[in-house]
Amino acid sequence: MAARERTRAERPVGLPRWLYVPAVVGAAFVLLPLVAIVAKVDWSHFGDLITSEGSRAAFWLSLKTSAASTSLCIAFGVPMAVVLARRQFRGAAVLRSLVLLPLVLPPVVGGLALLYTFGRRGLLGSELDALGVQVAFSTVAVVLAQTFVALPFLVVSMEGALRTAGQRYEVVAASLGAGPTTVFRRITLPLVLPGLLSGAVLAFARSLGEFGATITFAGSLQGRTRTLPLEIYLQRETDPDAAVALALVLVVVAVLVIGLARQSRGVL
Amino acid sequence: MSLELSCVVGERGVDLALEVHSGETLAVLGPNGSGKSTALGVVAGLVTPDAGRVVLDGRVLTDVGPGRSGVRVAPHARRTALLGQEPLLFPHLDALENVAFGPRSAGAPRATARRDARRWLDEVGVSELSARRPGQLSGGQAQRVAVARALAAEPALLMLDEPLAALDVAVLPALRQTLRRVLAERTAIVVTHDPLDALLLADRVVVLADGRVVEQGPSADVLSRPRSPFAARLAGLNLVAGTWRDGSVETAEGLRVHGLVVGDPPAAGERAIATFRPAAVAVYREAVEGSPRNAFEVTITEIEPLADLVRVHAGPLHADVTVQAAAELDLVTGLVATFSVKATEVAVYRAA
Repeated sequence: MAARERTRAERPVGLPRWLYVPAVVGAAFVLLPLVAIVAKVDWSHFGDLITSEGSRAAFWLSLKTSAASTSLCIAFGVPMAVVLARRQFRGAAVLRSLVLLPLVLPPVVGGLALLYTFGRRGLLGSELDALGVQVAFSTVAVVLAQTFVALPFLVVSMEGALRTAGQRYEVVAASLGAGPTTVFRRITLPLVLPGLLSGAVLAFARSLGEFGATITFAGSLQGRTRTLPLEIYLQRETDPDAAVALALVLVVVAVLVIGLARQSRGVL
Repeated sequence: MSLELSCVVGERGVDLALEVHSGETLAVLGPNGSGKSTALGVVAGLVTPDAGRVVLDGRVLTDVGPGRSGVRVAPHARRTALLGQEPLLFPHLDALENVAFGPRSAGAPRATARRDARRWLDEVGVSELSARRPGQLSGGQAQRVAVARALAAEPALLMLDEPLAALDVAVLPALRQTLRRVLAERTAIVVTHDPLDALLLADRVVVLADGRVVEQGPSADVLSRPRSPFAARLAGLNLVAGTWRDGSVETAEGLRVHGLVVGDPPAAGERAIATFRPAAVAVYREAVEGSPRNAFEVTITEIEPLADLVRVHAGPLHADVTVQAAAELDLVTGLVATFSVKATEVAVYRAA
């Protein structure tokens, strides 16, 4: 509160006027396509279009797989972030860059990489085959593809939160007799919870929009691997109205997710 | 014997040994960078010395270095609670849960831990604040809660690293009294810059300089008869160190200081210390004659206001004069003047 009042009272240093021109153009560039989508929606059939069997299957599959991959991101990303943020070891910088690789890697490449890891002829394929597990072109593959591309978002967000929080409270907790697990559970995690939440929201959003890695590694089987982005891509050829309607659904979900992320950042 | 510490931390130029007896509070004094916090860090297990040994109540906590056993007990298993300048209360827990944290970590059931926490909050006089979050507490209140939290962990050794340094002066006397009460009969180390803390809170004082122990003894002795420049500065005294010769302390620069001998007289040629209050020093623009007086020709290095007086620094010596006197003498930095002090105002004693 106090900070907000102060900003209102202070008179900031002026901005160069010309700066507003590119700023407005940039904002329009982002917002105009959203308007175009809304304008293109066939509102009279909107309800039917988004409730068709294929649409509903894709929608629920997307929500379920994104929730599953977000859970995996939390389960593995939080420990990764803690190790990266709290331990200094040789090669930490290199490891950090490699972990963040999926951020910059084209998703199609990620999908191929996963295929050659978990696919039937992949690195772990024969072992998985022996166990009777078939990963590629299954719902599990969708979840793995999404986790692969979303994990860096959670790790980055969490590691930042951990570094900002610092170790001072953890040192105090240890000096009060708390063992490492107690410190992690009762001090570290609660202190970085806002960072964890926004990281999870970002990971969820990235999973929801995942396309390239999914279609490469999991294919496009209705109800099993055809998520919302895949459905939109396919419908674009056969039924553009349905594609636009579903696209709007994704936009709305994305906006909700951003709203959530902003809220969670305001927790502390 | 309760705590035994010896450590060498090469990186920070620390090489010291000290002991704290059971039920005793030891004040550790020393300028910044003298190794005070490093010593606490070694005891708490946060700093691993190049070589060193920490034994608390007969239990070896650290034993590292060439030919040592390599024991390094983890910080949480040492039973040494460390309280710093800042309270560092856990921001997501209320005052009661903060204090209950130690007992909970030790495995106490929730209800028991809370009962303990209430008792400790009451002990430091803030029981009415138990439901407050740290953000809703003033600095003094938060530090009280932090003291309660450290005590609730029932440490075998309590370490306070300048516990009052970051607080408003208005709350200091009351909190100092509280600390005095809770530290009585407790094995504790207090790092401080304030001679009052050393006198009121501690039984014994250790003075560090450049990572070494330069002086130690009962608090009142060290502060009334300091032997190190730092302790003298804390006690607000001028200190001149030299050799005892012909009934005076002769410094390396050939200065002779006469005074009243306190305690055993030094032997001829032995190291001796002379101390005197800045207020006992008179300042003149010209040389003075007269046998009962010590007169030193000095160059004024700094002049600073001090309450209703003016403190005139001349290298390591300083004189407190009235504002009028300073004005009449027209004292300025760089002026060569004479500091004069009566022999009866100077205490002289052995350096060791």
